[in-house]
Amino acid sequence: MHEYPITQRIIEIAQEYAVKNNADEVKVINLIVGDYSGYVASSIELYFDIIAEGSRCEKAKLNIERVIPKLKCNSCGEYFERKPYSFECPSCHGEGSPTQIGQEFYIRSIEV
Amino acid sequence: MSENKEIEIMQSVYDKNDEVAAQINRDLSKKGIYAINVMGAPGAGKTTSLINIIKRLDQITPYVIEGDIEADFDTKTLQGLGVKAIQINTGGACHLDSPLIGNAVEELQLNNGVLFIENIGNLVCPAEFMIGEHAKMLISTVTEGSDKPYKYPLAFEKADLIVLNKCDLLPYIDFDEEFFMKGVRALNKTAPVIKVSGKTEEGFDEVALWIKGKIN
Repeated sequence: MHEYPITQRIIEIAQEYAVKNNADEVKVINLIVGDYSGYVASSIELYFDIIAEGSRCEKAKLNIERVIPKLKCNSCGEYFERKPYSFECPSCHGEGSPTQIGQEFYIRSIEV
Repeated sequence: MSENKEIEIMQSVYDKNDEVAAQINRDLSKKGIYAINVMGAPGAGKTTSLINIIKRLDQITPYVIEGDIEADFDTKTLQGLGVKAIQINTGGACHLDSPLIGNAVEELQLNNGVLFIENIGNLVCPAEFMIGEHAKMLISTVTEGSDKPYKYPLAFEKADLIVLNKCDLLPYIDFDEEFFMKGVRALNKTAPVIKVSGKTEEGFDEVALWIKGKIN
């Protein structure tokens, strides 16, 4: 349920930029959502139509680009997706550390 | 769609929460308050740990903000011990956010000491939202199992201090400490892991010492 307020915020920001750019209608919102951001893309979509009603985003298509989290190998520096119960690098079998990849949550752009 | 005009935004959607969190953090620092975001699963022993820590803080004044979906048992317990504590009931929300903390901080009238913000029992979203804290303390338990760092990586990654509770039960359960520590260290190189027992109070001197070290 915590997607509700954040969906409101997405619409607020999109609306703000639409007004600034004299656009009556937002056609697309391009959103980047990392899997570790704590937000579920499908839940955002679920709330979007309800919250966007009556705003300049009412007819907007929500284009959500998911980002799969990646670890960075401490030994060879490669970025890789982790397997369950493991932090092992698939290339050199070294250990990976968390990175910011997968924690993103931002509006890349709007199309008007 | 080719006639669409694209307007670049690149703006975090967390911005409002993070702005408020940064403001709360500055206000708390000015008041001489060191704030700790206490995270852990339901039943990990967050409140019991706080009681055991508070007993060992000597001259340092403790304050507590208790976050729960419903009820105020924990706040009553703490108040009964003479601790300045207030309750936030989120009424269903799974984590505390900055605006909620901002209001509670005003109400508590803080002045020099340590503020514990006991987050909602949940290993997922409390790790994702800054609420004005100076440090995050994660309370994990041996009864939850040794795979928790692998299943809930963010909570372990973001923690500044990890307290491993219920260690008095180690002889009775299959907790693979090596596997647990391997997961913790892959995610977090620096946070101390302190083994404690809420029952026997073992290990809490060390936890209190860590906190005192941050304040002095």
